[in-house]
Amino acid sequence: MIRPDAPVLLEIRDLHARVEDKEILKGVNLTIRAGEVHAVMGRNGSGKSTLSKVLAGHPAYTVTGGSVHYRGENLLDLDPEKRARIGVFLGFQYPVEIPGVSNLEFLRVATNARRTEQGHEELDTFAFEDLVRERLKVVQMDPAFLDRSVNEGFSGGEKKRNEILQMALLEPLVAILDETDSGLDIDALRIVAAGVNQLATAENATLLITHYQRLLDAITPDYVHVMAAGRILRTGGKELALELEERGYDWVDQELAALAGEVA
Amino acid sequence: MSNAQAVGDLVSQPYKYGFVTDIETEKIAKGLSEDVVRLISSKKDEPSFLLDFRLRAYRQWLQMQEPDWARLGYPQIDYQDIIYYAAPKRQEKKASLDEVDPKLLETFDKLGIPLSEQKRLSNVAVDAVFDSVSIATTYKEKLAEHGVIFCSISEAVKEHPELIERYLGTVVPSNDNYFSALNSAVFSDGSFVFIPKGVECPMELSTYFRINSGDTGQFERTLIVAEEGASVSYLEGCTAPMFDTNQLHAAVVELVALDDASIKYSTVQNWYAGDENGVGGIYNFVTKRGQCRGERSKISWTQVETGSSITWKYPSCVLQGADSVGEFYSVALTNNCQQADTGTKMIHVGPRTRSTIVSKGISAGRSANSYRGLVQIGPKAAGAKNYSQCDSMLIGDQAAANTYPYIRSQQPQAAVEHEASTCRISEDQLFYLQSRGIGFEEAVSMMVSGFCRDVFNQLPMEFAAEADKLLALKLEGSVG
Repeated sequence: MIRPDAPVLLEIRDLHARVEDKEILKGVNLTIRAGEVHAVMGRNGSGKSTLSKVLAGHPAYTVTGGSVHYRGENLLDLDPEKRARIGVFLGFQYPVEIPGVSNLEFLRVATNARRTEQGHEELDTFAFEDLVRERLKVVQMDPAFLDRSVNEGFSGGEKKRNEILQMALLEPLVAILDETDSGLDIDALRIVAAGVNQLATAENATLLITHYQRLLDAITPDYVHVMAAGRILRTGGKELALELEERGYDWVDQELAALAGEVA
Repeated sequence: MSNAQAVGDLVSQPYKYGFVTDIETEKIAKGLSEDVVRLISSKKDEPSFLLDFRLRAYRQWLQMQEPDWARLGYPQIDYQDIIYYAAPKRQEKKASLDEVDPKLLETFDKLGIPLSEQKRLSNVAVDAVFDSVSIATTYKEKLAEHGVIFCSISEAVKEHPELIERYLGTVVPSNDNYFSALNSAVFSDGSFVFIPKGVECPMELSTYFRINSGDTGQFERTLIVAEEGASVSYLEGCTAPMFDTNQLHAAVVELVALDDASIKYSTVQNWYAGDENGVGGIYNFVTKRGQCRGERSKISWTQVETGSSITWKYPSCVLQGADSVGEFYSVALTNNCQQADTGTKMIHVGPRTRSTIVSKGISAGRSANSYRGLVQIGPKAAGAKNYSQCDSMLIGDQAAANTYPYIRSQQPQAAVEHEASTCRISEDQLFYLQSRGIGFEEAVSMMVSGFCRDVFNQLPMEFAAEADKLLALKLEGSVG
């Protein structure tokens, strides 16, 4: 839902970042307002996953230029945990397994960290169980998953559902979902997409990072951005995604080559 | 700062029990000789069988060599530079706690082991050992009503000499190894537990060992006997002040379980570990062994080893009675320059004996952590079964973990299973937890505690939370 007067949640300006010695983001600009759903599309290696990791504060990525503001606050100054507590969420493409750490306990500690930041009381074990059981419905997850270790032995689809469950508990204002559709069969995709749609409100925003149109059939974006060589090359409405689906990414290469020609 | 470096900083946090109690101490001169052994025995007013036991052990010790097969490196110990007996003055056995030096009560208060009537733990009887002597034992009368004897071993020598003579040195013979011989010659105090036939001990028993003197060795001796059908759960805890010299701690623990008896022995070891450069700390050379003498008896060791600069310790079970069961659950955490070579021995003698080994080693800093275990199946142990699981976790990139499992079977109808794994706390796992709002320290501590869960679940309930907290403390510190 586009409302030009809605408050800006995330403002990315000329963002440059590298991993080890390789520059990957080469000047990303993006403004996200409350209520909006954005999709960033692009080929492997275009920098879209790097963008999500940089926003969440992964220590392997170094920001070399530009700025990111979240509700007016310099996001890049904050530890990853602080970013999460104030409402920035990253749904991982490959959620890691953490053996020995109970999923329920993990979810409770995470939820309480966010609640404390918001000035709410921490939930005790019982109150949290009530909450989590209610939120499980968002992703139609079996409560048995709560008793297992975090993501351990989960199928691809179960891991992604666990990500959306975390999103449902943490109630972020900006949710970045990195390739949430990868590795999902049709049924799981439908459940995950329905969950994301259900969680979208006029106050929050979603940034979908994806390769394929099929996720966007289930979650309709307000904006589609095409990323290539570390920059956003084009921005359009949902029809841009359809165009990509039809024409493939070859024209992106042509535009890039043309750009390179101009620079030369 | 990189995460790996930050994790390194995280595990280096100051030791909380490093204070020294300023109290007048009676010490004998440094050094070890036959006269010293006689002096210790006479100070304790011991019967002649015990003096003979000590002297025999001393002579055996003189003939023995310090073992060097463990993966441990430390300078030669000068056995003549150690004081073998130290005791707080005016230490004659007190009729009631009110007469115990308040400084000592205060010390144990500070350690979280309140002894006074009003403050003591409600369902745990405690024997408090300070340097070479036991200063107080709580709930003795209540235990006596059930026929349970729980007192210092010195007291047991006086009150129950027949039990001591019958059982002392029968599980760990004095010449078993270099350190058991040394201990047998000079042991000062420790705990004695006797659970008579058919009695289930009504409360947890616990001994808390405190080293206070800087130049004194601690040589305690613990003996636990559970008669037919009896059961008991026992826990020992230990701390020491920070000194820049090393103190020797060489204990012997013997457990005897008769038919259908069960003994659960838990240890939370937090001796001073030395500083970040490896200066100071306790040399912990301990012999612990339980004998399942009776049929269907059970001995279970659980240990959480976090302290000491050197740990050399292999709590073992001799499974003699048919269908007897031995268990070993261990968490060993080493940091900075700590070295641990620890594990267990499961000696299957009787038929259908079963044993389980679960070992979790965590190495951080520049420390070295080795698991060394023996599973031996004798020719008469038909149908014996063993399951071993040894997991190592590395924190940072300078720590080492080793696993040395020895398996010897002389019995074709036995099943021995061994699993081992090594993992490292990965940057991606930490980032995942952080990206959910969980702070760095808490993330590390959650993962370590998850890694140790199988072992913590074995601790008596009153102490499981304590052990978790202790590990968290060890992992707490400044994050750069």
